Formats: sequence, C-alpha cells, structure tokens
Amino acid sequence: MKQIVIIGNGIAGITAARHIRKLSDHQITVISAESDYFWSRTALMYIYMGHMKQKHTQPYENCFWKKNRINLVNDFVNTIDHSNKKLLLEKHEPIAYDTLIIATGAKPNKFGWPGQDLDGVSGMVSLQDLEYIEKYTSGITRGVIVGGGLIGIELAEMLSSRNIPVSMLVREEQFWDNMLPKQEATMISKHIREHHVDLRLQTELKEILADENGRVKAVITGDGKEIPCQFVGLTAGVSPNIDIVKKSGIQTKRGVLVDEFMETNIPDVYAIGDCAERRVPVPGRAPIEQVWYTGRMMGETVAKTICGNKTEYLPGHWFNSAKFFDIEYQTYGRVWNVLKENEAEFYWEHASGKLAMHFVFDKDTKQFLGLNTFGIRLRHETFDKFLKQKADIYTVLENLREANFDPEFFQRYESEIVETFNKAHPEKQVVLKGNKSLMEKIFG
Amino acid sequence: MKVIKSIGLLMFIAGFAIFIGTFFTANYKLTADILQQQIGDQDKIASFEKATSLLGQTVTSSFNFVDQLDAAFAKVNEEKLDQFGITEDEISGLVKQNEGKFNISTISLFGNDEICQYKQKTFKDYGGWLDGREFSSQEDLNNQLTEVANNIKKYQIINEKGFDRYKVKDLKYSLTKASSIGPVKSNPSLFILLTYGLCIIGAMLYILPKMKDDPPGIKNNGIFHSAMKNVGWLGILTGSFLILFYIVLYFYPEYMTNWVITVDPLSQFLKGSEAGRFFLYGFIYTLCILVMGVRMIIKYRHSKYQIFRTFSVMFFQTAFAFLIPELLLRLNQPYYDFKNIWPLNYNFFFDNNLDTLLANGTLGIFMLVWGIALIILGVPFFVYFFGKRWYCSWVCGCGGLAETLGDPFRQNSDKTLKAWKVERWMVHAVLAFAIVMTGGVLYTYFTGSSQILGVSSYDVRSVYGAWIGAGFAGVIGTGFYPLMGNRVWCRFGCPLAAYLGIVQRFKSRFRITTNGGQCISCGNCSTYCEMGIDVRWYAQRGQNIVRSSCVGCGVCSSVCPRGVLNLENKDPEGRFGEPILIGNDGVKLSS
Repeated sequence: MKQIVIIGNGIAGITAARHIRKLSDHQITVISAESDYFWSRTALMYIYMGHMKQKHTQPYENCFWKKNRINLVNDFVNTIDHSNKKLLLEKHEPIAYDTLIIATGAKPNKFGWPGQDLDGVSGMVSLQDLEYIEKYTSGITRGVIVGGGLIGIELAEMLSSRNIPVSMLVREEQFWDNMLPKQEATMISKHIREHHVDLRLQTELKEILADENGRVKAVITGDGKEIPCQFVGLTAGVSPNIDIVKKSGIQTKRGVLVDEFMETNIPDVYAIGDCAERRVPVPGRAPIEQVWYTGRMMGETVAKTICGNKTEYLPGHWFNSAKFFDIEYQTYGRVWNVLKENEAEFYWEHASGKLAMHFVFDKDTKQFLGLNTFGIRLRHETFDKFLKQKADIYTVLENLREANFDPEFFQRYESEIVETFNKAHPEKQVVLKGNKSLMEKIFG
Repeated sequence: MKVIKSIGLLMFIAGFAIFIGTFFTANYKLTADILQQQIGDQDKIASFEKATSLLGQTVTSSFNFVDQLDAAFAKVNEEKLDQFGITEDEISGLVKQNEGKFNISTISLFGNDEICQYKQKTFKDYGGWLDGREFSSQEDLNNQLTEVANNIKKYQIINEKGFDRYKVKDLKYSLTKASSIGPVKSNPSLFILLTYGLCIIGAMLYILPKMKDDPPGIKNNGIFHSAMKNVGWLGILTGSFLILFYIVLYFYPEYMTNWVITVDPLSQFLKGSEAGRFFLYGFIYTLCILVMGVRMIIKYRHSKYQIFRTFSVMFFQTAFAFLIPELLLRLNQPYYDFKNIWPLNYNFFFDNNLDTLLANGTLGIFMLVWGIALIILGVPFFVYFFGKRWYCSWVCGCGGLAETLGDPFRQNSDKTLKAWKVERWMVHAVLAFAIVMTGGVLYTYFTGSSQILGVSSYDVRSVYGAWIGAGFAGVIGTGFYPLMGNRVWCRFGCPLAAYLGIVQRFKSRFRITTNGGQCISCGNCSTYCEMGIDVRWYAQRGQNIVRSSCVGCGVCSSVCPRGVLNLENKDPEGRFGEPILIGNDGVKLSS
C-alpha cells in the first residue's frame, strides 16, 4: 500500500484521488490551503451572484471523504523535498509520500501594470479572491475589468447582477476574438453591450491610480482616458501556479514539465491540471490546457498509472462550453479564430442575434472538423461520433436533428440552417433526415 | 420601472393588510332569526337561548363570541345530561332490586313522567341486552349499568337533546358567519376589490416590469441573499403565516368567517349559494396559481417547456379544480374534480362520495368509472410514455401551486443523502396507510361492519383526514414552502406521487439524459431541484437520471449553464445504461 499525496483539491487533484480510491486501497491525502472541501471553481461566479452558496458548489457531501478514506488536510505546502519524498507544511508536521501528484492549478496573470497590487485590484480564481471581491465591490459606483476572456465576462456578469456599472477593457477588436471567429466574437460583443456593460474594444490598461489610502480610484487606458472606479478585476488569462515547484528542482517551464504519462522528471512525482505543461504536446493540442474537462481527464488517467496500469494521457476530440451572459456556447472539434489554409466554413446566425452555428470543414475532402454552437444545445455524443467517423459536412448537416439537445417544445432551426447551407453551397443539396419535432409539425 | 414596481409592492402590501385587518375587525350580533335558520330544532333553540345572554348583544371580538358560544353549548349539554341521564341513585336502586340476575322490568323504578319514559326507552335501546343476564357481584352489575348510562349520555342525549361535537363545530362556524355585522358583511364586493383586487393589481405591477429589466434567460440573482427566499426573517414570517392560515382553515374556521363573507358574492355568482370556507380556499389557491403563474412564465420566458407547463397548471387549476366542480354544484350534480386521482384524492372511495356518485345517474356513474380508470389505466399509461411529470408538474393542483407560488422557494429543498432516505420510507408509508385506510372504508361500505380487527374504519379515516389530508398536505405541505422548499408534501407525503414514482422508476420511457462530458459540476441543477435530487451526482458521471421522485419540472435543464441536462422520452432500452463520460479516449471509465 502506497502513501499517495496530492497537492491541490481542484477538479484534477480530486478526480485523481477518487479514481485511485476506486482502483486501489492506497492511502490518499489531499492538501489544500484554499478550502476544506472540494468545490466547483466553475461555480465561483454563482456564489457572488447569489444563485448558490459555497456549500452548493461542493459536488460531494462532507461525509463522502471519510467514507472513501480520502484524508483531507487544510494547509499550505512550503517545500517539496523530493529527495527525501517529503512535504514541509506551514502548520502541520511534514508529510511523507511514496507518490506525489502536483495539482496546484493556476493564478491570474499580472503584466506589471503600475498599480496592479493596490487595494481593490483582484483576479478571480480562488475562494480568497471571491471574499476579496465581495469586500471591495460593496457599495461601489463602477468596476473596471481588464481582459476579455471567459473569466472577464463572468466577472462582468457578476458585477452587473448587483447593478454595479462595469467597464470592460478588451485589447482585441472584438470580445475573445483570439479564440472565437470574428462572427461570433461580434455577436457576443453585442450581447455584452445589451447587458449595459461599457465594453471598450481595442483598449488596453495603462495604469491604475490610487487614492490617498492606497485604494483604487481610477484606471488610465492606453489611449489616455481616465475611468473612475473603485474596483479593478484583472482577468487577462491565467498561468500555472508553480511557485513551490520552481524552488524544488522539479523541472518547469511555464508549467510543471511532464511526459505523456503526466510524470515529471522526478520519478513518482506527477503533475496534472492547469499547472502541468506537456514536454511534447498531444498532437493538435496546446502544451498547457487550462479547462475543467482536461483537468478531470488528466486526473482519471494519472490514477490508472499510479495504480499500476501505466496509461498515456490521450484526450479525445476537443470539446468545451461556456455561457456568455444569456448565451450558451458549446464547441466540438476545432474551430480556430482564423480559418486554416485547408479549411472552409459555414456560418449561420439567427435574426435575433442570439443563436448561431459555425461549421468548419476541409475545403477539399469536406471532412467535418469542428463546430461552435450558440444558444442551441447539441449532443456531445453525436458530434464525437461525427468526428471519430471523420464524417463529411453533408452527413453532419443531414443528421442535425438527431444532434439537437434543446428541451422539448423549443423552436427548431435545422431546416433554416440546412436551407441556408444549400443556398451557399448549391453544388450538393443536403436533405434533413429524421422526423420533424412536434413543434415543427404544428407550427411549420 | 422601479417606481412602478414599488407602487405595485405597496398596493400588494395594502391589500394584504386589509385582508389581515378583516380577520380582526368584525362585530357579531346573534339574533333569534339566526338561531332559527342555523339550529332549526325548537327545543334546542329554547335551551340555547336560556343558556346564554348572547342574543341581541353586540360582541366586538370573534374570540369572545366563539368562547361564549362554546360556553352556551357546554351549558346546554350539561343541563340535558342532568335532565335526561340516568343518575347514580337510580343505578344503585336498580342494583338493589336485582340480585344475581338482571330483570329489565325493574327499570319501572325510574318513574312514569315524560322524562322518565325517555330514560326507560333509551335504557331499553342501549341496555336491553342485559335482560336476564346473571352477575357474579353487585359491583359487576353496577359497572355494567354505569357503562350503559354513560353510553346513553355520550351517544344519545348529546346527539338528540344537546349538541354533539360535530354539530358544535358546524354551528360555531355557521352562527359566527351569520352573526357577523360590519363593513365586510354589508359590502363584501367592496372588500373583494380592496383585498384581492389590490393584491392582484399590485402583484402584476410588480411582476410585469421584469419583462423589461433584462433579456430573457436564467436570472437567479440574489436568491441566496434574500430574506424571503433563503429562509431569512421574511421567509420564516411568510411560512408562519401560511401555517397559521392552514390551521385556522382546517381546525378553527369559525375565526375566519369574515374572509368567507368577502367571497360570498362570487360564490353566489358562480354556484348560486353562499361561500363555504373551501370555496374561499379554492378561490385563493387559484388566484395564487394564476398570479404567480404569470411570474413563472416571465421568469422562464426563454423556455417554451416552462411556458407550456405553467399554462397547463394554470388551466387545470382554474377549469378542473375550481370552475367545473362549482358549476356542477349549480347544476345539482355531484362536486367532482375530474383530474384528482386516488390516493391523493383520498375520499374518493368514502361511502358518502360513492353514494353521491351512484345516486346521480349516468353522470355519476361516468365520474366513478372515470376516477377508477385514471387510477388503473391512466397512471401507468401516461407515466410509461411521459413520466410522472404528466401529472405532477402539468396537471396536479398541489404541483400547480408548488410550481407557481412555490417556485421562489425551490432551492430550499434538502439534498442530503439522509433526506433521500427519510423521503423513501415516509412517502411509501403514507401510500401504504392510504391503501389500508381505503381498504377499511370499502370493507365497511360493502359489509356494513365498521370494525376490522377491533379498529373502527371511521377512526382510521378520520386520523388519515386530519393528519395526512389536512396536517401533512396542507399545514406542512404549503406552510413549509419558505422553510423546506416547495415540494415537501409531494416529496415526503403524497401517496399518488409514490404510486406514480414506482411506475416511473421501473417502467417508463422518461429519463433525464446528460450530455456527454460537458458537466462542470457547478451545482445549479441540484440547488434548484425542488425534489431534492442531487442531479449533479448523475450529471458529472454521465449517468441518466431515473429517479422515482423526479416530477419533470425541467428546471435543472433550464438552469444548467452548459446544456448538459435534457428531459427525454425514449426507448426504455439503455435507460439504466452504464455511466459514460465522453472525451477521454485513453481511459475507459467504470462506475
């Protein structure tokens, strides 16, 4: 029986712990200085908005951990002493391990802006950040958000939910257009403004100004404009949180460097989740992938390896999801912000400006490569099948009805989408398969 | 917008304050006419008049008035028992005259005047079986005779000469209602406007502007900061009010007569007779579903599923539960709610209901057959195709109130494993109780014998009626909305939900499917599940949700930010399939 110690109780670390328990009788200890129990970081915004309390974001009841013999320690790891296989903690006695999993997650990027450490400036990753934001946004007249990614728009929605006016500084031409194609980025930017957010595109942060107490009083933008505010959210991406690893001699670059089994250069030391960086990336994927799903999958994989079944981390086809205020987003396969050379696209947007689908396929072979969908839910299983079977764009469109995952009675748009496609690609007419939904039959 | 909402809120509070005010502000004046109308029996009226000084007096508090009525009834009963009851002296006289063996002719010692003849007659009825019996001791005979005398008092004299407790309960209510004087009585229509009118308009002014506040979409902002929705002081106050309301409605209706009087004109208009307390209840219930239904539709206006479902419960409550039964009464037909199904409708097989239906020709027979067909055919058939939601969140009245008035409280349901365990034994225990109770009632109906294994079927059904029908479904079921969520009754108590649930669990096409690997474990689905199902537990491991308690409200799917959950009716094959999470091709997960 091995003593397995996991640093970090986020989705990656906890998934590893759960799966190690399923597969073995090893002793498992999870160390976190952030929270006593695993909670869903993706729900951080909902706590602030009053949709949930923190306890609702905990996917397992507190009794779960004892029942499954997963030992939880609330402490901060000061030193990883891998030559003696030992961790030195801040409050507790040192802990010895046979196998170590580093799952320390990520922290907000700060790019050396003047004033970035003032009172009232915060990122949004941890529970501590949430407490800080709670404290520094009460009774304020404006908040400024720097950076237009997924966390930025969440923070904008959070402040809006409390009727705090928000200015959002986005460096790009449209919101998140380093990830989203121009069409969708434009649509989402419009939706952000519909929620009364003062979205300032192609605008950078130059400086954060302090009042006499060292608290934020305004920001100066790249074009020299001053925006009075009492809170600044820094949401220009995150980087691996590896300060304690850097000191330890375990190899790092931007993240903790790992091989295809998520093992570091030190035997029996693994790194997974947002803090890990692949020496050789999985083909077609980035060396660091900081999303919930990859954290979970790395946890599942590393548990196998540690329990004696050495398993390479091999994620399947890319998928992701998000919600931009009221507009849900799902993606299957790869839709890059700019088409690659061999790629062609088909974009459909509903007149309401809140529904859209963006298909990407190979120019020559017509093989379906990826899709973004907005406001219409689609079935992961069906699209995973399309991608695995290397289905062509025509097959995908023909079977669009089967892929729909919207609730019953929702308006269906497959006919409109296929019609639009047929008009744009008259060389081959797609005919929708499957039965019409009840609503289509009644209302045409 | 804000101004309109504030005005609406103020109007609502004003209407509600007037409503509460009318509870306390009536005066009461009992007259000979009222006694004549409500009691009828001249002897009883005369005794009653003698026993009280209430007549012609104006009493300013309902508590005082009811106390005096109580005192008068007690006094009349006491006098009648003294007058007509067999005394201890008479019993010891009988004991002396009968040594060893009892001879009924000895009761002639009672005397021969009118009262004594009554004593003799009742003794023969209740103690005739003693004639010719042998007794080992005088004490034994004494005990027997005392018991006979007590039975005569309890069952005969109180009933015939005085007022038994059912009569007292009815009379307290009807006398109080008839004696009420004051502004409400003289102008009930005005008070309909001042209470319900103000409340409805106020609520609409408060609710409708929400359309313009934000674009459509899930807006649960501030729910857990709210004093109302997060079991804060306002929620506790609201819960307490609802609990009190139900206790008064079911157990002390004599104090709420002014509320009933307010809706008299409406009742006259609909069914041509005065309102009863359950007409008032039905009216308020329907209003709550309609007004809060509008709120529900606006809140979930991005979801056609929620819109249709809400229209459905609004329709079934208004037409089937409220209007049609009242109109049937107007047409001299039996009161019948065509969508209410046994065992939720626990008095469907009661003798009085069966008699009423059987006595009402083709329509009555149709109602009887319809009711039975719903139980044995309707439930399994519709649950197989659509899940129990076809009833619980589309048709049912309890469900209708839960999904409209109760929607703001759905997040307060308990999601722990412990609550699930309690729920499972409790709801099935109530189902078993309902079946046993109904069995007993039918046994009595067909055999005429009220005793089964030494227990009276009438006692069992009155225990069920008071504890389950009124206490659990009413007081706890609705009163606990702000404290334990809006489905306390449906989840822990409703025997029909238990029955529907058993079918749904084992034989149905319905399930909630999860979307591949898209779950982020955020917890919105579990938090907003009114039935306390830990939806996330299933979603995050990619498992279909097949739970007997799920009423298919679809809110888990509505609040999911990543499009993971969907209510589907599909081929039962694969319904209980292995959990699957798509996305990790290197690892095959086992559950």
